[in-house]
Amino acid sequence: MLDFVQQTISGVAVGCVYGLIALGFVLIYKATEVVNFAQGELMMLGAFLSFTFISSLGLNYWLGFAACVVCTAVLGMVMERLVVRPILGYPQFSIVMATIGLGMVLRALAGMFWGTDDLRIETPFSKGVVRMGPLVIAADSLSIIVATALLCVILYAFFRFTRMGVAMQAVSQNMLAAYYMGIPVKRMFAAIWAISAMVATTAGILLAPITFIHANLGFLGLKAFPAAVLGGFTSIPGALAGGVIIGVVETLSGFYLPEGFKDIAAYVVLLAVLLLRPQGLFGGAALKKV
Amino acid sequence: MAFKIRTGYEGDLGLFKTPQSIASYAALLLILCAAPFLVGSYFLSQIVFVLIYTIVGIGLVLLSGYAGQTSIGHAAFLAIGAYIAANAAKFGVPIYIYLPAAGLLTGLVGWLVGLPALRLHGIYLAIATFAFALIVEEILARWETVTHGNEGLMVKPAALFGKPLGEWGLYYLCILVTVFVVVIAVNVIRSPTGRAFLALRDSETAARSMGVDSARYKTFAFALSAGMTGLAGVLYAHKLSFISPEMFTLALSIEFVMIIIIGGIASLRGAALGAVFMIMVDPLLVLVKDKLPVAIGALTGSAAAQDKASVLLATPGVKSLIFGLIIIFFIIYEPMGLDGRWMKMKTWFRQFPFYRPATFRRQKMYLKSERGR
Repeated sequence: MLDFVQQTISGVAVGCVYGLIALGFVLIYKATEVVNFAQGELMMLGAFLSFTFISSLGLNYWLGFAACVVCTAVLGMVMERLVVRPILGYPQFSIVMATIGLGMVLRALAGMFWGTDDLRIETPFSKGVVRMGPLVIAADSLSIIVATALLCVILYAFFRFTRMGVAMQAVSQNMLAAYYMGIPVKRMFAAIWAISAMVATTAGILLAPITFIHANLGFLGLKAFPAAVLGGFTSIPGALAGGVIIGVVETLSGFYLPEGFKDIAAYVVLLAVLLLRPQGLFGGAALKKV
Repeated sequence: MAFKIRTGYEGDLGLFKTPQSIASYAALLLILCAAPFLVGSYFLSQIVFVLIYTIVGIGLVLLSGYAGQTSIGHAAFLAIGAYIAANAAKFGVPIYIYLPAAGLLTGLVGWLVGLPALRLHGIYLAIATFAFALIVEEILARWETVTHGNEGLMVKPAALFGKPLGEWGLYYLCILVTVFVVVIAVNVIRSPTGRAFLALRDSETAARSMGVDSARYKTFAFALSAGMTGLAGVLYAHKLSFISPEMFTLALSIEFVMIIIIGGIASLRGAALGAVFMIMVDPLLVLVKDKLPVAIGALTGSAAAQDKASVLLATPGVKSLIFGLIIIFFIIYEPMGLDGRWMKMKTWFRQFPFYRPATFRRQKMYLKSERGR
């Protein structure tokens, strides 16, 4: 029983990272109908940048954190402007392939820039543990869970109470109507890419202490697809819940099932959800107007 | 678009559009058949890879370009074909049995994968095929009695009636299979099935209201495409004579999709052009790796710059960087691919002083939403 709880908690921590990446997908998809396959690579870049700022330049952890977030936010905007905006309005297939290409470019550049060795960063939480009765929780895992919860509150408040957040919601509901209402749609797109890159970076920096930083870290982003699909692809709380479910399923199947199941558990869940409930656990069935 | 005056239906119904195209395709076939006498063994094996990629490309063109279904998991079908070939050859099954059998079996798997496609579209389908490919990859690595796991599997050389085919034999087999696949593809496209594919691609709702059985045609498109890829898999296994699960990864699936993006998504000729392009990237890359640092060294006059350039070019990421840039470049600047470029050039010459780029301008659709379809 203790094992189970312990595994579940570490699963939730990993799941939060998946959830955060999935959140990035969902934000971009909701607003622009672009599925960003490079989201995992943005997370990877965030982790690498945190290595540069915190370990190489010796910045304070929180200062380094802020610097990474600002850097990737700018990068997100540049990506949107250079690659995504010219192909907006093309078929979905082209856009998906373009973002896959973008991911390949980012991964290759990271490999050339930071090398292919495994890197690590030290954080204020490293090596710390929190004891709750017989339970032992690594402070790193706890920091992920807490930070994710915090980020959710911030995002919720942003979309609910700020002028920009409401404008973004309008854009995501109907691009053209929002444009007629005087919302600068293009600037909103750039802003959404920036926000989504920031969320991905946060995930990357939180994940960095519990795994190694490596150019292939971006492949973790592929695990976030099951999370996003599970959550219905258009629901922000759904993405997080999906991420947590995927994380827990994966960790538990790694613990209880034979070797090999851990890597594909997420995708088996994904296929099952797509077959049984394609609109996801949290998405409502939508009707199409012809 | 350029106008063509039609005086009868023969031109539209025939396998070839014009008498000239019969001549040009016959010439191409002749050159391909004569190639072993003209070129060395390195070049010959490059052509074999081009043919294999062309077969896969044609399968993908039918699926993505004509039927409008996305797949980023075609490496899995190639793997299934390759492993069937490897195991059948091990037990001494003759090639004229296992080659078609591999095609049919892979087609069956494709049909099964197509079943969820009935409920999915666009991005969901892409993710589902990708999940399928990952699961197949994992099965290949774990099902050790059949696949030998990550150690890989030696493939016996292809043999016909007890005699090994050899390099030339395999080459002619590839040509035979390619011609077979092309003929099937052309026939499917000009038949009611092909028109149903097009209707489904452009508007599923409209197609269904006109009586197109969307379930039947979607699964058929998947089965057909997978079957072709399975055939290519048999050839691939014999060409490499060693297969292991890490050959059939997501990267290979993406290379396959690149074939049709580079060539032109709804064009059989484009599949061949894209295949040639993809195979040429590797030798070109080697050339660049050899020559570029020297050139940089000569230009800047510093040995340090030369060393730095050669170190940077030697990192494994370079290929992926170039592939990524190629994908982005083609999607933004030439969405119709090499075949589109060819058509534009032809039209330019045909209408010489009056050519307008607007002829080929693609329409962007901001209003149409894929959501809630």
